[in-house]
Amino acid sequence: MHKKTVAEISRSLKAREFSSVEITRHLLTRIDSLDKNLNSFITVTADLALKAAAAADKRIASGDAGPLTGVPIAHKDIFCTDGVRTSCGSRMLDNFVSPYDATVVARLKDAGMVMLGKTNMDEFAMGSSNETSFYGPVHNPWNLKTVPGGSSGGSAAAVAARLAPVATGTDTGGSIRQPAALAGITGVKPTYGRVSRYGMIAFASSLDQAGTLTQTAEDAALVLEAMSGFDKHDSTSSPAAVPGYHGSLNESLEGLRVGVPQEFMDEGLDPQNRAAVEAALEVYRSLGATIHSVSMPSLALSVPTYYVVAPAEASSNLSRFDGVRFGYRCENPLDLVDMYKRSRGEGFGEEVKRRIMTGTYVLSAGYYDAYYLQAQKVRQLIAEDFTRVFKEVDVLMGPTTPEPAFELGSKTADPITMYLNDIYTIGVNLAGLPGVSIPCGFVNDLPVGLQLIGSHFSEAKLLNVAHRYQQETDWHQRLPGSDYE
Amino acid sequence: MSLTKREVENVAHLARLEITEGEIERVVENLSSIINFVDQLRGADTGDVLPMAHPLDMSQRLRTDEVSESNQRKRYQVNTSAVEAGLYLVPKVIE
Repeated sequence: MHKKTVAEISRSLKAREFSSVEITRHLLTRIDSLDKNLNSFITVTADLALKAAAAADKRIASGDAGPLTGVPIAHKDIFCTDGVRTSCGSRMLDNFVSPYDATVVARLKDAGMVMLGKTNMDEFAMGSSNETSFYGPVHNPWNLKTVPGGSSGGSAAAVAARLAPVATGTDTGGSIRQPAALAGITGVKPTYGRVSRYGMIAFASSLDQAGTLTQTAEDAALVLEAMSGFDKHDSTSSPAAVPGYHGSLNESLEGLRVGVPQEFMDEGLDPQNRAAVEAALEVYRSLGATIHSVSMPSLALSVPTYYVVAPAEASSNLSRFDGVRFGYRCENPLDLVDMYKRSRGEGFGEEVKRRIMTGTYVLSAGYYDAYYLQAQKVRQLIAEDFTRVFKEVDVLMGPTTPEPAFELGSKTADPITMYLNDIYTIGVNLAGLPGVSIPCGFVNDLPVGLQLIGSHFSEAKLLNVAHRYQQETDWHQRLPGSDYE
Repeated sequence: MSLTKREVENVAHLARLEITEGEIERVVENLSSIINFVDQLRGADTGDVLPMAHPLDMSQRLRTDEVSESNQRKRYQVNTSAVEAGLYLVPKVIE
């Protein structure tokens, strides 16, 4: 039952092969036995899940079910969930019970999806390895000594280990695509503004976007269709209509123009990883696509640009955590400033404090023009590079990460080493584009990802391109070892 | 370029973050290496490029000035223990 995709579960529920309560109970049992080694969940909401599953079964029986009714899901612990602890992976919010649902959560709940629990993540989504979580690191089911990537590391590990058929994630600089690549699953980061950010705890508001982690592109299409669309509660939500992503999955790729940025295939890329990407390009060629090398010179500056823009926005967003109305408050504050400083100093972890301080520095008097304003200008150049190449090609392809999953602890000593892991994913966020990572092979028994990038609001095309590849290959069906059979 | 301990302490104060004596050395080192890393942006030729604050070319949506949310003070105050008579408690600010 647990190996089934969202689409397969949906069909089985409709055909009464099993009930929502049955699959929910089965997955809860798996979480109970297998997650001890993975730590992919922060909170498991077993009672709520069984209640929701029973309600879904009633809906199915009465003929009032949609395609997602009764299908279990896990939510990244960055999405507010009414009445359920929403920690964002931080000591700061360890005791925070959200009084409302994020729009993403509410829409999927309305569709009848059953929440199994809240997944582990880097603290406030700041990290690329899930090692900054207050609740401890997540282990990659493909090799427990390695990281699952981050920041949506818990969501990626849970789907890879088949503890949940789908999990939500958020992507500010690669936080859906990078863990999807390292865990051997499909990750979709939609266009900025496509999915509501309401109730999604803010990291960098001009970059954050919610998306999905699933086994297949088909599943991503089903879930994305339900969670996308205009929301009056998010001032940057796009009014553009949501196309039926599922309907165009099988379109022919004959004549598809694929661009491969030279800057993605440089010496920083692991040679075996490169070989896997090149083999994937061959598959696309056999499906009728033409491959073109393109150059995007400004991408070389995407990581430093991001590490000015994102911390600047974070330093402002995280100023709300002051120990007054919610969140951690220090013991026996001497005065107001002491309360602010110690609540924040004790409530936030090392990486979060580092980013708040970086952001405060680049925004401070005397440095604003040199760093923040300059980064915004370089951001424009990066966005222009994408606009230019999308006049010549339909999609861009390349690696998602420079190398497969790395060992726990191997990149924690120097923050820059960790930041460079997102070198191929960050440009997409700066330009607000949609990006997808799909499994395209293995290096040393660890999965590697192929990244697909499209122009604004081209999710339907990207999912079509990803789906056709998954019809030709079986990388996405591989399981991480016999423990997860 | 390396930041001084004093500069870092000032940034921490502006950000209202307590950095302990045990942490400060590592924070100075890390922050210096991050600022050094982003320093490469200064070399980019951005002559008359307009700064980009937002990925989509959108205008700010306006709404009519109407009450749309109900008062749920009690529900919100569940998330702190420092509440009295519906008010949030903080250390004394005015003598």
